[in-house]
Amino acid sequence: MAQYKMHLLVCGGTGCRASESEQIVENLKSEIKNLGLENDAQVVTTGCFGFCEKGPIVKIIPDNTFYTQVKKEDCAEIIREHVLKGRKVSRLLYEDPETQKHIEDSKHMGFYQKQMRIALRNCGFIDPENVDEYIARDGYAALGKILSEMTPEEAIDILKKSGLRGRGGGGFPTGLKWEIASKNKADQKYVVCNADEGDPGAFMDRSILEGDPHSIIEAMAICGYCIGASKGIVYIRAEYPLAIKRLKVAARQAREYGLLGEQILGSDFSFDIELRYGAGAFVCGEETALIHSMEGLRGEPTVKPPFPAEKGYLGKPTNVNNVETFANVPAIYLKGTEWYSSIGTEKSKGTKVFALAGKINNVGLIEVPMGITLREVIYEIGGGIKDGKKFKAVQTGGPSGGCLTEKHLDTPIDFDNLIAAGSMMGSGGMIVMDEDDCMVSVAKFYLEFTVEESCGKCAPCRIGNKRLHEMLEKITSGKGVPEDIEYLKNLSRVIKDTSLCGLGQTSPNPVLSTIENFYDEYLAHVTERICPAGSCKALKLYTIIADKCTGCTACVRACPVDAITGEKRQPHVIDPDKCIRCGACYEKCKFTAIHVQ
Amino acid sequence: MNKIKSLEDLRKMKQNLEHGMNIREKSNEPESLVQIRVAMATCGIASGARTVMNTLVEKIEKEKIPAVVTQGGCMGYCYAEPTIEVRVPGKDPVVFGYVDSAKAIEIVEKYIVNGELLDGIIPTNYKTINDKN
Ligand SMILES: Cc1cc2nc3c(=O)[nH]c(=O)nc-3n(C[C@H](O)[C@H](O)[C@H](O)COP(=O)(O)O)c2cc1C
Ligand code: SF4
Ligand code: SF4
Ligand code: SF4
Ligand code: FES
Ligand code: FES
Repeated sequence: MAQYKMHLLVCGGTGCRASESEQIVENLKSEIKNLGLENDAQVVTTGCFGFCEKGPIVKIIPDNTFYTQVKKEDCAEIIREHVLKGRKVSRLLYEDPETQKHIEDSKHMGFYQKQMRIALRNCGFIDPENVDEYIARDGYAALGKILSEMTPEEAIDILKKSGLRGRGGGGFPTGLKWEIASKNKADQKYVVCNADEGDPGAFMDRSILEGDPHSIIEAMAICGYCIGASKGIVYIRAEYPLAIKRLKVAARQAREYGLLGEQILGSDFSFDIELRYGAGAFVCGEETALIHSMEGLRGEPTVKPPFPAEKGYLGKPTNVNNVETFANVPAIYLKGTEWYSSIGTEKSKGTKVFALAGKINNVGLIEVPMGITLREVIYEIGGGIKDGKKFKAVQTGGPSGGCLTEKHLDTPIDFDNLIAAGSMMGSGGMIVMDEDDCMVSVAKFYLEFTVEESCGKCAPCRIGNKRLHEMLEKITSGKGVPEDIEYLKNLSRVIKDTSLCGLGQTSPNPVLSTIENFYDEYLAHVTERICPAGSCKALKLYTIIADKCTGCTACVRACPVDAITGEKRQPHVIDPDKCIRCGACYEKCKFTAIHVQ
Repeated sequence: MNKIKSLEDLRKMKQNLEHGMNIREKSNEPESLVQIRVAMATCGIASGARTVMNTLVEKIEKEKIPAVVTQGGCMGYCYAEPTIEVRVPGKDPVVFGYVDSAKAIEIVEKYIVNGELLDGIIPTNYKTINDKN
């Protein structure tokens, strides 16, 4: 086998493929061939690097050169300059948002320096469609070790000691969950991997399945051995075609190697997995709804207990875990509980993957140790707020979560601290907001989502959330009154207390948390009728400053509703009742005579 | 594909496979490794830098030396090509000139492994490409 001196890792994640990374792979390969460098350089398609926004990504090993926004036309230059002559193509290097300098390699990029990759350990590192690369990184060794050296009880004990908690939102201790499922006796049990991933903006589970599908298969098999299940099911949304494909390829390879199927690795444990496709309803990510959906019933939640670990799929004990939870499992068995529990905070061990988005310089998928502060995430990994604006808040936990503000910037992020701050971990959405974002509108955005996604089974969620949304709509359109704030709070509490499932029980959180942290902003909307962030269109007030107005009439011609009147060369006026706040006059006035509030 | 029938088989298989991944594993932790940079600009290639690079890569792979070989551009020592720069963690970088395959092996065995001083070092108050930024 040739000893390659360089590996060119090309991102084959959904994001980068959308901008032709497959063609980049082809072009790199053909230029390598043209120059006769086949024995020197190898091109590898990997999973997501987390830097999708600046994709397609090409990373050169061993010097860790990180090329961003590579086009298929750039490939020849990369090979001729970098691979042949050792000269980096600087225009493709990542540019530091603060210093505007090109960064030579990924180890010096703020985006990566504070990250710690456990769940994403193989994403952007191995070829997910090549089981050999997974095995070369100790893949399936945890399964092998457990099957040949441990009883299920011993294996569960290790997981309990590690402190791993579920990454699907709830944070339930994973080892304990496995133990409960293992103790329930039944002729058949099931391992379910929850890959429904319905939070708006979340894509960590997709990236893991695309970038490291074998780690999920291995972890599900380990779980099967521990709880006594021979069947595993991955419930995945149908709109993740690449993840589905990679999972299928991985399962086929695992079967060919005897890592799935009968008598795995010569033991008497047998296990296999199948895939079920979800239609993409948010509520189907809730475990009881998910199980009903797999049974061919309507994807509606039912009351717990009974928990899936007692009566789950087809009435049998079923262990449901999230993708990211599973991705941590093999690493814990390989490196030990001491290592794992040394990372994180007292009650939240290990790392968490976040989808960092919003008004921030570096957006993307990041994995950080629990206990990191928001400040580190925003200013070091995220490279600070875009366009030098002022930080306002971070939304975590998606439609079930809330927001954190300036005063939380130095709070260590973990399950419990986020709840104490009125938000939650959720599945890992993290949206950064700046001074231009209106917090009432943010709450409205999430409520819109919840109203859309409520299954309608119970009244508080079905009707209550609709009322919440209407009320927020009223406030943002300038028709709110001060009493509305109390109304929002009371209704929120009722919905939380009386809804049947987690969706309804958490859906008012974005409202409560924004009222709690940004009460003045709500108040400004309902008393002065202004939107301090200047984002609610209906609350904008356009007026003409008489002193500045030359009477040029440019605005009159721009206004679509004839709201502006005035004599030529005399100051004009805007009729606020006619004005539809389109901003056209503001754009047109050359004398900055139009004032917006 | 043959089935893997035991943990033992899996481990053997891993040992055979990890070889191909070594360069990626190493680049994951560059600071803890000896870094060898071979100048591969026009004159370097003309004077045999590629052969030197191949020799180095094979040598450190065979003897499992914790080092990584990268290629660099012009270092400004055309007269002494092929040149290589060696950074042992905790020590100042050193540049060797007129390196051929035999010299490369000597550098690995004596300088990198045993920490002996060697001739052929280009005396410098020189700055590396990295430091200049
Ligand atoms: C409305 C709602 C949506 C959910 N969506 C997901 C989801 O998309 N993915 C997920 O893993 N868990 C989701 N959950 C949590 C699951 O019910 C369940 O707790 C989780 O899959 C358990 O795995 P874990 O212990 O590994 O986190 C959701 C819960 C609720 C209430
Ligand atoms: S809380 Fe909402 S999503 Fe959950 S069961 Fe009730 S209506 Fe359905
Ligand atoms: S465009 Fe400006 S200056 Fe001209 S009439 Fe309108 S407000 Fe006055
Ligand atoms: S904002 Fe639009 S509608 Fe209002 S006055 Fe200006 S141009 Fe007319
Ligand atoms: S898809 Fe390429 S970096 Fe995420
Ligand atoms: S080209 Fe070789 S040292 Fe300048």
